[in-house]
Amino acid sequence: MSQQTVQILVDIVKLSIVASVIMGIFVFILLVERKLIGRFTRRYGPNRVGPFGLLQSIADAIKMMLKEEMVPGHVNKIVYVIAPGMALMSALSVFAVIPFARDTITLPLESLIGFSVILTPWVADVNVGVLYLLAVGTLGSYGIILGGWSSNNKYSLLGALRTSAQMLSYELPLGVAILSVVVMTGTLRVTEIVEWQTQFAGFAWLAFLQPIAFLIFFISALAESGRAPFDLPETENELISGFMTEYGALKFGLFQAAEFVHAMMFCTITVTIFLGGWNLPFLNEILSVLPSPIQALAPVIHVGIFIGKSLVVYCSLIWIRASVPRMRFDQLMAFCWKWLLPIALLNLLVTVFVLAIIAELLGLW
Amino acid sequence: MELTIFIITAVISVVSALGVIFNKNVVHSAMFLLAHFLTLAVFYFMLNAQFLGMVQILVYAGAIVVLILFVVMLLGEQLGEDIPRWVTPTNGVLVLLALVLLTIVGTAVVEHPTTGAKGDFTPELIQEHGQAEMIGAVLFTDYILSVQLAGILLLVGIVGVIWLARNENLPVIAGDIPTEEV
Repeated sequence: MSQQTVQILVDIVKLSIVASVIMGIFVFILLVERKLIGRFTRRYGPNRVGPFGLLQSIADAIKMMLKEEMVPGHVNKIVYVIAPGMALMSALSVFAVIPFARDTITLPLESLIGFSVILTPWVADVNVGVLYLLAVGTLGSYGIILGGWSSNNKYSLLGALRTSAQMLSYELPLGVAILSVVVMTGTLRVTEIVEWQTQFAGFAWLAFLQPIAFLIFFISALAESGRAPFDLPETENELISGFMTEYGALKFGLFQAAEFVHAMMFCTITVTIFLGGWNLPFLNEILSVLPSPIQALAPVIHVGIFIGKSLVVYCSLIWIRASVPRMRFDQLMAFCWKWLLPIALLNLLVTVFVLAIIAELLGLW
Repeated sequence: MELTIFIITAVISVVSALGVIFNKNVVHSAMFLLAHFLTLAVFYFMLNAQFLGMVQILVYAGAIVVLILFVVMLLGEQLGEDIPRWVTPTNGVLVLLALVLLTIVGTAVVEHPTTGAKGDFTPELIQEHGQAEMIGAVLFTDYILSVQLAGILLLVGIVGVIWLARNENLPVIAGDIPTEEV
């Protein structure tokens, strides 16, 4: 086998590992969400299946899989079947450019296959990684729109229409908020943005340096992933379940999974771009004084920190869901176009202006 | 390897482009259009132009097709579904125009074949400085006039749309649902 073939195989294996781990975490996070929502509303949450209800999600998944696959007679069959897959696919693909740790590992396999294989803690380090995040993330709206249209149901169609309008609108402040980060770090490479945040002993988190952009990004990400208080796509009291109304069994499960993976995806993007990625303040300094066997564990520590941070962000999403009531649709649109977008643009302008002044003072032109 | 990927992508691209035209269902056409845009992005990636490929997905696949679907859903019943036959005078004129365009483009390509990098921008330089940086540097120095003109064109478009979409009968109180007088 040539080196290229091996590298492609390694990438495919890595992709499948990332995808399956994400789906595994999704099952776990479903339980966390239900438990926490229960606690927030003074209930116990699921506690019957297994110890502390730990097996509840698995039981639900098995139930979902064993249900009869029904396709209603009045739907557009091809689109109806494709739609849930499209929704999940776009959410999963984003994880390809997220760096989970810093160090690459070289496997010394010269004696075995003639060259060493380099293992990177990310699937791909794309030159334009930030654009990839935005581009692939936006493809998720297709699943919802097509699912709603193909169901041939007025409630589904209304849900799909609302969703497409909501997603198109909130993409703008999201993109502009990320743009001010890109202007600051001067790179579109995700790994370099994380590396940039390790400055000042790991304190240069962009959430501190760009608090307004961080807030705008966070709010828009909530809206993009259709989480409460922006869960207009599935307003139960107005639209039954929105675009999901006609779906059942595993296809419904896929839509549910897509929604949660979408939210998880935005959590990891928030952590990567604004909260320092795999790094913690003083982590590098502490690691460098520790004995080398522990230093060799650095990738594991990094991955642990990354997952921990993402979980904290996800728990804040659950907190918001439990405490903020849903917005009305006209409020949602007005909020995006009249507040978020102008503030994001202003923030970008100020950032560019300040950076230009600093560059002028330091003589960097 | 590269040739195999190219042939596969090219076949998908052509088939989906034909699918856009020959499909009688507007939403199916839009989905073929989406597939076509994605294959175009793959072509850009194969030419090592990742920035253009990503912008292709972001703008065309991510926004324009969504807008098309949006319009199709809003107008729903009036669009498509009943196209009686393909051979009409209008379609004949359109085919003729398409052939003329194809001839012009084809002649341009045959007369001015471009091989390899032109100008000061070698692949190594682009690799070193990054795609977006190089494109930005060129756009905002050599081609600044074109960029400004394109910007003005888009602005005119936006203003025009707002003018078309205004509704004089509605009161212009922001964020308020108009209520009837008691």
